[in-house]
Amino acid sequence: MMRALSAIGATVLAALAAIGRITLFTAQTLSHLFRPPFYPREFGIALLQIGYFSLPVVGLTAIFTGGALALQIYAGGARFSAEAVVPQIVAIGMVRELGPVLVGLMIAARVTSSIAAEIATMKVTEQIDALVTLSTHPMKYLTLPRVLAATLAVPVLVGVGDIIGIMGGYLVGTERLGFNAAAYLTNTVDFLQTRDVVSSLVKGAVFGFIAALMGCYFGMNSSRGAMGVGRATKSSVVAAAVLILAANFILTEAFFTL
Amino acid sequence: MIELSNVTRSFGSNHVLRGIDLTVAKGQSLVVIGGSGSGKSVLIKTILGLVEIDSGKISVDGVDISRAPRDAFLARFGMLFQGGALFDSLPVWQNVAFRLLRGSLKRPRDEAREIDVEKLRRVGLGAEVADRLPAELSGGMQKRVSLARAIAAEPEIIFFDEPTTGLDPIMSGVINDLIREIVTEMGATAITITHDMTSVRAIADTVAMLHAGKIRWHGPVAQMDTSGDPYLDQFINGRADGPIPSVR
Repeated sequence: MMRALSAIGATVLAALAAIGRITLFTAQTLSHLFRPPFYPREFGIALLQIGYFSLPVVGLTAIFTGGALALQIYAGGARFSAEAVVPQIVAIGMVRELGPVLVGLMIAARVTSSIAAEIATMKVTEQIDALVTLSTHPMKYLTLPRVLAATLAVPVLVGVGDIIGIMGGYLVGTERLGFNAAAYLTNTVDFLQTRDVVSSLVKGAVFGFIAALMGCYFGMNSSRGAMGVGRATKSSVVAAAVLILAANFILTEAFFTL
Repeated sequence: MIELSNVTRSFGSNHVLRGIDLTVAKGQSLVVIGGSGSGKSVLIKTILGLVEIDSGKISVDGVDISRAPRDAFLARFGMLFQGGALFDSLPVWQNVAFRLLRGSLKRPRDEAREIDVEKLRRVGLGAEVADRLPAELSGGMQKRVSLARAIAAEPEIIFFDEPTTGLDPIMSGVINDLIREIVTEMGATAITITHDMTSVRAIADTVAMLHAGKIRWHGPVAQMDTSGDPYLDQFINGRADGPIPSVR
């Protein structure tokens, strides 16, 4: 009994310690936001890597999801003669929920893993120490540009993903399910509210922040060797995915029920 | 002058530094020797502030390093890392000129490139290497690029961590000669960590032996062979028998 309680206690303490470390890391990252020197070149490269080069995977994910969503809603709606709601539900489903979450998870898979592996490798090969000896703060040079770029780029990716997802539903709806093209688009546009779009973009910014921060945190705190790099990469993706889903719930609650 | 006074550092139950007292005079080349895992790298990382000390005091030219302005303090140092630690996403010239392209020592890009080519030439590499990525270079070339980066901003104090590890004897000799020449030419204070006794004799003015977390012996390189210290004697002659256990 005591052993079980002790194990639970140790787990809780470890979790609290991890939360504390991540909070401190976040505060340290943000503290560099307004203090020079700034590294615009690193920011530009990060923006390109996180934003532009993620477009293909985001586009493919969104178009297939939008198409599948249209099919599911049509099939489900047919059970109570509500097939006509496909455009509206695809739009609301993509913009409010699936667009931001799927883009966030794809970014966690593609960007978080890449950041964690890169920074962890830099750590185990002493490149982080080398940065310090060259009078360059690693948080300022490595972490801040990536976190800032992801926070700005992911909402754009979410916006693109939302549009492509809706177009996926449109293609399936008009080519496969027999919807009128003009009516489909009108129903989509008329049904969406500003709040839906704003919530989507805010979710994108929060998910981007989480994804990049987790990559940087686990990379910076990686242990030695190839195993350390592997563990940092795995942990960063798991943490980013879980935190994105948790943040999604909190943001949805905040936007649509308060 | 670099002074360490009763410096201690532990990692969990592993007491790596147990009270280090060491002085390195300005312009002197000190080589620190000691067995694997004896804390040699930790020692120089404590001076740079890369590893925090548990107790004791480290000062450079009389200024406690914990109170020195960080950027100005680090601008006085150059370091050659054991594995080179070159930034693999940057071409060679941007590695060498890293400090000159940003921060307080920033120069115009063309000027930084010129200095880079000059420093590469100083370590025996041609200008054609400048645009290559570190991964395209051999181990010896990477060490020389790292050496060029360490001296690019003409620091007053240079640390060399295992500068010849993994190199063939000829390339080791080239690196040893380069370090000695550069330190003499620049008048820099240098601390080198190595196991390689050929390097010790080529680079050192003075030698310090680190054993069991303390400085076991410290003196001029010329007195190393006649020190009478059984630990130092066993180490420099590479004997399995002696006071230092061979299984650690």
